[in-house]
Amino acid sequence: MADQPSVPQQKSVSLLRLADFAGGRILYRLSGFGRASIFVFRTLALLFKPPFHLNLLVRQLQLIGVDSLSVVLVSGVFTGMVLATQGYIQLSDLSAEGQIGRFVCVSLIKELGPMVTGFVLAGRIGASITAELGTMKVTEQIDALSVMGTDPVKYLVVPRFLACAYMLPILTVFSTFSGIAGGYVVAVYLFNMNGVFFMKQVQSYLFMSSICISLIKATSFGMAIALVGCYKGFTISVAGGAEGVGKATTGSAVVSLMLILVLDVLLNHFLFTLLQLK
Amino acid sequence: MVTEEFLGRACKSQLMIQIKNLWKSFEGKQVLKGLDLRIPRGETLVVMGRSGCGKSLLLKLITGLMQPDEGEILLHGEEISGLKFRELNRMRRKIGLLFQSAALFDSMTVEENVGFMLAQHTKLSRAEIREIVIEKLHLVDLDGTEHLRPAELSGGMRKRVGLARAIAFDPEVILYDEPTTGLDPVTCVEINRLIQSLHTKLEVTSVVVTHDMDSAFTVATRMAMIHNGKIVAFGEPHEMLENDDPILQQFILLGAPEQILNVSNPVLKEFILNLRED
Repeated sequence: MADQPSVPQQKSVSLLRLADFAGGRILYRLSGFGRASIFVFRTLALLFKPPFHLNLLVRQLQLIGVDSLSVVLVSGVFTGMVLATQGYIQLSDLSAEGQIGRFVCVSLIKELGPMVTGFVLAGRIGASITAELGTMKVTEQIDALSVMGTDPVKYLVVPRFLACAYMLPILTVFSTFSGIAGGYVVAVYLFNMNGVFFMKQVQSYLFMSSICISLIKATSFGMAIALVGCYKGFTISVAGGAEGVGKATTGSAVVSLMLILVLDVLLNHFLFTLLQLK
Repeated sequence: MVTEEFLGRACKSQLMIQIKNLWKSFEGKQVLKGLDLRIPRGETLVVMGRSGCGKSLLLKLITGLMQPDEGEILLHGEEISGLKFRELNRMRRKIGLLFQSAALFDSMTVEENVGFMLAQHTKLSRAEIREIVIEKLHLVDLDGTEHLRPAELSGGMRKRVGLARAIAFDPEVILYDEPTTGLDPVTCVEINRLIQSLHTKLEVTSVVVTHDMDSAFTVATRMAMIHNGKIVAFGEPHEMLENDDPILQQFILLGAPEQILNVSNPVLKEFILNLRED
């Protein structure tokens, strides 16, 4: 009994354990952040270094862009329809239902177009990139690339990164215009608004600066989706097996969605507040 | 214990791979503890040891997939560990590695898999690469499989395609990671014959990591046993059978008790039967 630590000693031991645990977690997170940063910088550095795998880029452009077009168009149309319905209900309370064209156009171009496209691609492409690269990692195919003298980041990550950065803005344009079309259908055929008036409003609020904002956001979202998807796939533990691939795939989609939201806030602040764009 | 005697003997012929005082910890566990190994040119060295003793880790260190904590690995007298990426890739082209899972690229055909290094690192035309691929596939008895995808191949065929890919760039060293694991006895014998025939035809230095005793005694010109992070026995197959180290004796005896009747190597079969009688 005499050898047992006193109550204050027990408390200090518990505090030490807590500090040890917390410190361990912080170090783990920081080292993860460091590894992710190195991965991002390495990818960016390799963008301009030969060899340029154009055939791989074209394949990814098709997978990420062309194959996603129908999903993006459908989600755009429905987003525009919902926006017009809600917009009409809210604006009619203020007797401003005539502004529905402006409301739909501005919301879609500056916010919902890039964001909905980003969300669709984070789920569809980000997760698929993680699953594909994760499976390659678990089955030692990424190690095989390294052993055969090919840089896996250059061969696997760079084409996906470029394809996402190129295709997100293009898909966003399709998503935005399909959304405006959806809004037009609701406004004209459901709420009996004048179609010409709707389109005139869209035309008058379609600024070049708004289109640039939309494209800047979409490109940023595309880069984020590709980097998160590839990093999650590359860092799967080989011992994790199929379960590890499943977890990483879900994690990739969640992190991409969160990152899109954070980037949107930051870009809004930068573009609208600091650069005073309209 | 590793003695200067057998290290000195190995030194007499030209050394292809030299490993000096190699230390490596993995996931918090000290796996290699000052391992020394010298592999003369043209030998087929079989590295044996229990699961988790660091056999496959050794191959990853030789190919530069992992960096040692301490120690040196020299290929042709040139240090591998600590090389920059470009230099390491140049060295890697001298090495062919057959992965345990074969690690074939799922998205490519057999022809694209085997010709991958040639397509990446040479300016050969597609027809020239195809010619080399057909020649290498002939060496592994897989004529006419160029158009197949890895999913259409059996386990043994995948290993053989992996082997054809490993020798496509005419390496000076071929590393085999558990070449017979997971294969039926007939296919195991075929793979063993293939390793022997490639050794004779291509005059390469081979390192075979295995715990399949039948395979080990069939293909080896020299053998090494890893235990507790170090080489505890090294020598020609008959010397290993005569070695009275209890760990080695136990490993050989228990290596394949169930398949004893299937053992194709007569020397090993007689040895095991004698041990059993004792």
